[in-house]
Amino acid sequence: MNETHKVIAIEVLRYRPELDEKPFFQTYQVPFTEEMSVLQGLLYIKDELDGTLSFRWSCRMAICGSCGAMIDGVPMLGCHTFLRDYYPNKVRVEPLAHFPIERDLVVGADDFIGKLERIKPYIVPKEPRTLAEGEYLQTPAQLERILQFSSCINCMLCYAACPQYGLDPAFIGPGVLALLHRYNADSRDAARADRMQLVNAEEGVWSCTAVGYCSEVCPKGVDPANAVNQNKTASAADYFLHWLPKGSGK
Amino acid sequence: MKRSNAPIFWTLFGAGGMLSALIGPMLVLITGIAVPLGFLLPADLMSYPHMLKFAQHWAGKAFTFAVVSLFLWHGVHRIFHSLHDLGLKTATGAKLTCYGVALLGTALAAYSLLVIGF
Amino acid sequence: MSARRPYIRSMDGWWRRDPFFIRYMIREATALLVVAYAAVLLLGAIRLAQGESAYERWLAALRSPWSLAFHLVLFAGLVYHTWSWFQIVPKTMPSISVGGKKLQPAVITGTGLVAAAFVSLVLLLLLLFIGS
Ligand code: SF4
Ligand code: FES
Repeated sequence: MNETHKVIAIEVLRYRPELDEKPFFQTYQVPFTEEMSVLQGLLYIKDELDGTLSFRWSCRMAICGSCGAMIDGVPMLGCHTFLRDYYPNKVRVEPLAHFPIERDLVVGADDFIGKLERIKPYIVPKEPRTLAEGEYLQTPAQLERILQFSSCINCMLCYAACPQYGLDPAFIGPGVLALLHRYNADSRDAARADRMQLVNAEEGVWSCTAVGYCSEVCPKGVDPANAVNQNKTASAADYFLHWLPKGSGK
Repeated sequence: MKRSNAPIFWTLFGAGGMLSALIGPMLVLITGIAVPLGFLLPADLMSYPHMLKFAQHWAGKAFTFAVVSLFLWHGVHRIFHSLHDLGLKTATGAKLTCYGVALLGTALAAYSLLVIGF
Repeated sequence: MSARRPYIRSMDGWWRRDPFFIRYMIREATALLVVAYAAVLLLGAIRLAQGESAYERWLAALRSPWSLAFHLVLFAGLVYHTWSWFQIVPKTMPSISVGGKKLQPAVITGTGLVAAAFVSLVLLLLLLFIGS
């Protein structure tokens, strides 16, 4: 079909650390088709209009979690958001909120990755197991407890939605706490007591005020707010138990 | 990392939040609108002799104490966090003030209810 | 040498950024009303302990138009508190399965709201019964 391209204005927050004192908006006129995502719009800019624009992307299919940005002020995946939904208005693209801007739409993920490493995001077996002993078995109910929380793609949209993280970056934050819960709730795992020390801290679940926006913006239905807030109950139980003589609150 | 003592305040916050969510609107309606106006409920429902009898009964005492103190603990916890939300950096003073108010209110409620007698 | 010069954006006025945050701030602001109402009741208890004339003054104050208007505001605020409270409750619970199906958050919220309405009604009926 020979359709005439519509043109949408994409307003991008630019920041080149070697040139700019502070970020500024730059507007590009981008011809687009029905099926073009915001990410494809950015790729058009980079290929055809301005090769200096920096942004992250890889899979183009909401799996790698690298293309997150504030799109008209809302944390979204660029590859999962369509230009047609903004046309005929302009669409504004900014780097994910609450993270330091490294360059243009690229934010610093060091803090997030550091936190991710700290929670032991892997299964720690109760005891060493040989291959001959075979696989671990899980019931559907045991799987159900962790399934939703294991869908996280580390896109950090929930951090951009979390004012508590913005106000105090020491907060471990929604996505990593959801992953922490995913491993703590796993029937095969034995490192819960270790991870609870992170949960129990002020920087753990207790920085959360149940704003709940993280769960709204999560593209994978992880519901991090649920993971964080049900761990407040778990942490409170842990707290009151550790007062008991010879406490079970290890 | 250091264990937070937030669970104490959070538990009180949660208990007060639940109690006020369940009966808060109705209580306001009763004590603040219906009884003062004598509308729906008789105006003498909260007369001195009636309320004295209510507050002298152990159940009345427990109810009054729970409502006053838990509502306070619920409210001050949120207010404390809102101060942080609005950009207040040093939290210690705000924390002492907020939770101090709830503690004072709790003590005053307990004292008054004891003075009222059994 | 690193060319990195990360730019940190300000959080000033963050809650005006998104309607979701504004609703959150309203929810949190209901705490002021909850505290105010607790203070009204606490004062009543103190006056009751001080004796009949002190208590009568508190009761008379409750009948003033100012107090009635104030309690209307309290009522609206507490209704919003109830509504928003049961919105968060599902977030604080592990997922519950009923007959192999995950219980939806809206069902939990709805149950909470019905429970609140029920308890409130029982309270009112109890007082109507005592009053008559
Ligand atoms: S919880 Fe959701 S929003 Fe947060 S990082 Fe994981 S996938 Fe992204
Ligand atoms: S490019 Fe991979 S999630 Fe968007």
